[in-house]
Amino acid sequence: MNESPDIMAVLRARVSAIEGPTPTGAALFALGGAMLDAQLGGGLPKGRLHELFAGEEDDRAAMAGAALMLALQAAGGRAGAGPVLWLRQDGGVRSAGALYGPGLVELGFDPARLIEVVAPDEAALLRAAGDAVRCPQLGALLVEPWKAARGLDLTASRRLAVAAEKSGVTVLILRAGAKPGPSAAYSRWRVRSLGSAPLEAGAPGHPAIEMELLRHRGGLEGLHAWLEWNRDEHVFRHLFREAPLSGAGLPLPAGGPAGAGDPGGSATDRLSA
Amino acid sequence: MRLAAVNRAALALGLAPGLSLADARAREPMLGIADDDAGADARLLERIADGCDRYTPMVALDPPDGLILDISGCAHLFGGEAALQDDLVGRLGRLGMTVRSALADTPDAAHALARYDKSFQPSPEGEALMHLPVEALELDGEETTALRRAGLKRLADLEARPSQVLAARFGEAAGDKLRRIAGGRDVRITARRPQPALMLERRFAEPIGRTEAALAAIGELAAQAARRMEKAHQGGRRFEAQLFRTDGLVRALRIETGLPVRDVAVVMRLFDERLAALSDPVDPGFGFDLVRLSVPAFEALAPLQLPLEGGAVAEGELAQLLDRLSTRLGRNRVRRLAPQDSHIPEQAAFAFPAIEPAPPGQWPEAEAGEPPLRPTHIFDPPQLIDVLAGVPDGPPQRFRWRRELHEVTLAEGPERIGALWWRRADNAGLSRDYYRVEDRKGRRFWLFRLGLYGREAKAPAWYIHGLFA
Repeated sequence: MNESPDIMAVLRARVSAIEGPTPTGAALFALGGAMLDAQLGGGLPKGRLHELFAGEEDDRAAMAGAALMLALQAAGGRAGAGPVLWLRQDGGVRSAGALYGPGLVELGFDPARLIEVVAPDEAALLRAAGDAVRCPQLGALLVEPWKAARGLDLTASRRLAVAAEKSGVTVLILRAGAKPGPSAAYSRWRVRSLGSAPLEAGAPGHPAIEMELLRHRGGLEGLHAWLEWNRDEHVFRHLFREAPLSGAGLPLPAGGPAGAGDPGGSATDRLSA
Repeated sequence: MRLAAVNRAALALGLAPGLSLADARAREPMLGIADDDAGADARLLERIADGCDRYTPMVALDPPDGLILDISGCAHLFGGEAALQDDLVGRLGRLGMTVRSALADTPDAAHALARYDKSFQPSPEGEALMHLPVEALELDGEETTALRRAGLKRLADLEARPSQVLAARFGEAAGDKLRRIAGGRDVRITARRPQPALMLERRFAEPIGRTEAALAAIGELAAQAARRMEKAHQGGRRFEAQLFRTDGLVRALRIETGLPVRDVAVVMRLFDERLAALSDPVDPGFGFDLVRLSVPAFEALAPLQLPLEGGAVAEGELAQLLDRLSTRLGRNRVRRLAPQDSHIPEQAAFAFPAIEPAPPGQWPEAEAGEPPLRPTHIFDPPQLIDVLAGVPDGPPQRFRWRRELHEVTLAEGPERIGALWWRRADNAGLSRDYYRVEDRKGRRFWLFRLGLYGREAKAPAWYIHGLFA
């Protein structure tokens, strides 16, 4: 029994060797929501894979919106000139619609920074993703396979993750039609649309989404956030209309004090810490 | 139905073009026939013209069944004009074609000699031309008959007379055509392809049977081209590799880049991508005996400066990535968005290939403090939906899209977008009333009603046009 701590240490070392360098080495990008960033210890690491799942098939648009917002933050916000490459598939464009420039402007995203690649099938999509992830000039890479995308398995995602770490390109994988399976992603989110805060005369308000952290390498699973996107400031505002404050009860990560990653957005934060 | 063309065997039986099919069958019940297909004939002529690119870059079509090659400065490569002619006739003959060829100083003379010289005796060109019948002028039937009635049967007869008389009696065209055929008046042919800025080729003594080997030869040509272009501080944005098969078929591989390049590795990588992306693979057949690399146009490209501290130049990596993806997937699948000045939503933006320079234009600014008024995704064309809404212009209350019922909780509208009535003769066109709506589950949609209730449409249809984040 004396040996067990040693064995554990050896195993840990071996696992960490397989997993590659620890994420603390990577630069973080803040998501833009003060509380969420604090809970995440400053944000999500760049140069990693992050997966987004849709709550239901119809939440695809909300998920795509969330991906755009995250890509915007990862690519260096408004000032950053890093272009964003969005890889899509024919089926996805047919069923979810084509990207619309004026609508991207309305989310605060300059369409001139976007390069849209539409692959005819999944194999071409993955191959293009493998090429694109090696291009360090990209600010972010969005990969949106159509349907289940069985080709994007643990091996394929691991390959992408290794290349992303090397080049520093943040990869967001949009998996609307898929069930969460094994993958090498650093974090995995589920996105749902959320009823917006109505404006006067019952008009739909600013884009609102619910984000749930399903998996996180840092062990922060279960984080829950109700967010409203502020296009002008490029920040999220936390919404607390649907009482469950499960996220608030979570312990803050040991890495930094609360509010360490606060991008000066506390004025827009409804919650007084 | 009539015969459009006959082969030699049929000609020997006395059948001729213009004969009706019933008559021909009555004479020869075993007659084999095929439908006349002008399009296929034209394609075949194009393919033969492609094959003739091996002799000279100046090849012009002479429809319906002729080709004109400008072999000035090319004949010595084949051992003289006659040797070139023999090679061409022999090559086409092996493919089962009957060829009538003629060498002459001007394209019109060659045309006339090949078609109207019945003697087939080698004779000095000028003399042969004088013996051509007046039909060689290819005038109208009436004028040709008039010439013949006047006793002018050969070009020599016309040539002997003053041209003014000829023009007064038979029109300007006759004199003009005569000068072009016999008078040495040289009209330049218009080649099928514009002359490339740079063209390099390699011939093989023995045909090579593997596409990879042919591509390796292209690689060596690309290296040569790169040296030449570097000296001139030039690069190319388009490259074309042509692989000539011994049996006359030519396969062309074309690549295109966003920025001028001359780096051999980059160019060859794109050619590899192109080769792998072809839907029908290149079939070497009996082998390639000539490969050619051409650069249609040069663009300025300064010599590359390597960083002093070592390492590669990272700047062009994005451009290279886009080139590679465009070559592999097709240029229209790798695209950027550009604004367009139109109030019709689906025309306010368009996608253009990413390897092309961006068209000018400014995206409209989003209004501060407002929620997004335009969707991130748009359906083109809009999709028809069932909607329950108040008449005449109430917002939608519930709608069915893709077999799912959505209860509308929040709605804003209408935003009325008029049709382009000034483009139409009757100044009509249906207006659209757009609504931003949100359903019970928080999804946001962009719906519109086509036509104003009662004024433009009796029961306006509803469409979904986009999805908001």
